[in-house]
Amino acid sequence: MQTFAELLDRLILTPSRQARVRILRAYLAATPDPDRGWALAAIAGGLKLPGLRPGLIRTLASTRLDPVLFSLSYDYVGDLAETVSLLWPARPGANRTPSLSEVVAGLQSAAPDERAQRLEIWLDSLSVSGRYALLKLSSGRLRIGASKRLALQAAAELGTHPIEEIEEIWHGLSPPYEDLFAWLEDRGQRPGEATPAGFRPVMLAHAAAPEFEPGRRLADTIDPEIYAAEWKWDGVRIQLVRERDVQRLYTRTGEDVTDAFPELMDEIGLTGRMDGELLIRGPDGEPAPFAEVQKRLGRRTISVREAARRPAFIRSYDLLDSDGQDLRLLPFRERRERLERLVPTLRPDRIDLSPLVGFSGAGELEALRRQPPQPAIEGLMLKRWDSPYMAGRPAGQWFKWKRDPCLIDAVMMYAQRGHGRRSGAFSDFTFGVWTSTPEGDRLTPVGKTYFGFTDEELVRLDRHVRETTVDRFGPVHSLATGPHQGLVLEVAFDAVQRSTRHRSGLAMRFPRIHRIRWDKPAGEADRLETLAAMIP
Amino acid sequence: MIRPEDLLHPTPFGLYCPPMDAYIDPVRSVERAIVTHGHSDHARAGHLSVLATPETLAAMAIRYGEGFTRVRQPAAYGESVSVGETRLTLLPAGHVLGSAQVLVEHKGLRMICTGDYKRRPDPTCVPFEPVACHILISEATFALPVFRHPDPEVEIRRLLTSLAGFPERTHLVGAYAFGKAQRVIRLLRLAGYDEPIIVHGALEGLNELYERFDVTLGPLERVPDARLKRSEASSRPGRIVIAPPSAMRTRWADRFADPLLAFASGWMTIRQRARAAGVELALAISDHADWLELTQTVSEINPEELWITHGRDDALARWAELEGRRARPLRLIGYEEEHGE
Repeated sequence: MQTFAELLDRLILTPSRQARVRILRAYLAATPDPDRGWALAAIAGGLKLPGLRPGLIRTLASTRLDPVLFSLSYDYVGDLAETVSLLWPARPGANRTPSLSEVVAGLQSAAPDERAQRLEIWLDSLSVSGRYALLKLSSGRLRIGASKRLALQAAAELGTHPIEEIEEIWHGLSPPYEDLFAWLEDRGQRPGEATPAGFRPVMLAHAAAPEFEPGRRLADTIDPEIYAAEWKWDGVRIQLVRERDVQRLYTRTGEDVTDAFPELMDEIGLTGRMDGELLIRGPDGEPAPFAEVQKRLGRRTISVREAARRPAFIRSYDLLDSDGQDLRLLPFRERRERLERLVPTLRPDRIDLSPLVGFSGAGELEALRRQPPQPAIEGLMLKRWDSPYMAGRPAGQWFKWKRDPCLIDAVMMYAQRGHGRRSGAFSDFTFGVWTSTPEGDRLTPVGKTYFGFTDEELVRLDRHVRETTVDRFGPVHSLATGPHQGLVLEVAFDAVQRSTRHRSGLAMRFPRIHRIRWDKPAGEADRLETLAAMIP
Repeated sequence: MIRPEDLLHPTPFGLYCPPMDAYIDPVRSVERAIVTHGHSDHARAGHLSVLATPETLAAMAIRYGEGFTRVRQPAAYGESVSVGETRLTLLPAGHVLGSAQVLVEHKGLRMICTGDYKRRPDPTCVPFEPVACHILISEATFALPVFRHPDPEVEIRRLLTSLAGFPERTHLVGAYAFGKAQRVIRLLRLAGYDEPIIVHGALEGLNELYERFDVTLGPLERVPDARLKRSEASSRPGRIVIAPPSAMRTRWADRFADPLLAFASGWMTIRQRARAAGVELALAISDHADWLELTQTVSEINPEELWITHGRDDALARWAELEGRRARPLRLIGYEEEHGE
């Protein structure tokens, strides 16, 4: 457990991805089976343990520490596992420390009412970093900034097989992956038949704006002979596959979301693998705003009624294989032609085709990008006609060219200490705009953000919060505001919609701080009517 | 007996002592200042007179120039100064060279302001001296149960282990220029490391100050000139460089070979803090008392009442409540959490 704990500590603090791959590779090379397999599973997200509820961990902590002191600590640190690992009072001379495999076996076999007791015994025997690793592991999510792809890359580097080969068999493997390591180290056969309907890594686009060839504006470089243009749909990128009568739906990271969208598992006529955007059909038949997709994504399973109320469909834009033939090395133009022939043979209410956007020159395209015809469009995609379908984010092939964000001037009203990387500093900000009330103009909160500022700005923002706090509600600090008091934030956001869940009646999509207006008097910030007028 | 509030009370300028008409660590210019230690948020230039230990006065002269105040009033540890019936004594605080607690006595009432302090042994300064009093005014920078600083020797050992494991990288250690930097150097020496240590220019005057007060730092070397052509020799692989944290993320650091960023600070106890600072090697070495030191010091001194100045006053006040102690947060402003750490 201690080597695994040290591994996590180093992965957390090492900024470069390449170095993290190296660290994990070195761990996998030096650690015996089965410990290394459990570690790989934990980092790649393939370890299914009966997760301990955060409540259980808190209850356990409260047997050792006053709950008020616990909350103050948790509020400051921002991470439950880290908080408990730091404040757990050590018991010198406690039991010997468990190995990673013992912990995994122990968590898997413990009856629900035994789990707390086992955890307590382990916590007593481990160091701070060991306790942290244990709690991360038993909460079911590591969240240490190491992705599945990074984990598989490190495994691939144990031998000579490229990562793509591991990705293709990964879904059929189970921890502690002794067969996988044997194959990678040339001691055994390639494990498992490639599972039917497994996931294939997706191809991603680079952000285009404002230029994509050095020194030349994007708009000056787009040639319809070289690039195809499509709308960028504001849904969820998915991969739908049907192979040997097995049908699966994956997100772009390979997460299996088949069960969340039963209506897409009906017989739809596909034999192959397509790439597209999952959208929800609105009452008008057109794609609904992203908020509707989000409502369904959060759930693992879904009732028939809910599925009927917010029916999902796929707007397809690429075809990776068809009838057992791998198309990924063909140019986009050919894949597109095949897709256009295929889609009309499928169930039209479940799958349609993302249309190409015709254009003769860049100016025309730029105008379309600024004024897209539907709210569910967040910009344009540009794809080279000759691009093969490559895993990852290859340079110079696909570009996303987003619509300009909406902007509004709002006033910072409340602040809270951040979580994760930003714990300790005030970095979660609630902002509001002016609205008329019988008592005169008042600020009403319209959104919350923790994005869009540099570390230097964060230091200044943090100081602003500490200097202008007038009240505290638990972890939330309320700030002094008025026509001549308060900090104006220029907030950028992708869209705004009506919402019954927010006091202001509006909900913003992906708000982030665009600029901090240290210079602007709060009284000159925008009004609620201005924001409401931006609803599409 | 005089009420405690009439002997010391918080003001926007800092803690004020009416009978002496003096402020402790004032954040604005005043006529009479009592300065606990030389960190810039406690020791500011521009007061008419400054009462402090000779070490603190010397540190202020290095930072602000000789003209930092009109009148210097040196007071060694244990030496008392009286104004009418009020007597003031500076006591060692163990925070940095010259750091002091302020004991104020008036007709039998004894109040102590700890200033910034710690209880761990520190080879660069005189250890904290616990003295009985009625009112203890304590700092609370690390007053949360999550702060339990490891032994500094263990942390230094981790630095040396990393140096042995990554000999191709320059180990760039961020450490506050006054106090922490010299403590890290001294700890390295005590751990048997006797190679020349490279120091940032901002540390030079303060290093000399420590040497002047008999803290031996061993062989130190200037930072190689950035204008030199970058070569194996000038980029200093496998060497330890000590620099103020503010220099670590600048172009200044580019001259070194694949620098591995380390940071010596009590905040480094929290992983996410270290991650946010972009630190690869987090060394939890603190010049402030941790949770156990703070609470044990209060228990040991056992004052009738605890006042809490700056930092995590809410948690220390809660602890006092659970212990059945009278406590009161003063909410002094102007002292920056990060300073001195």
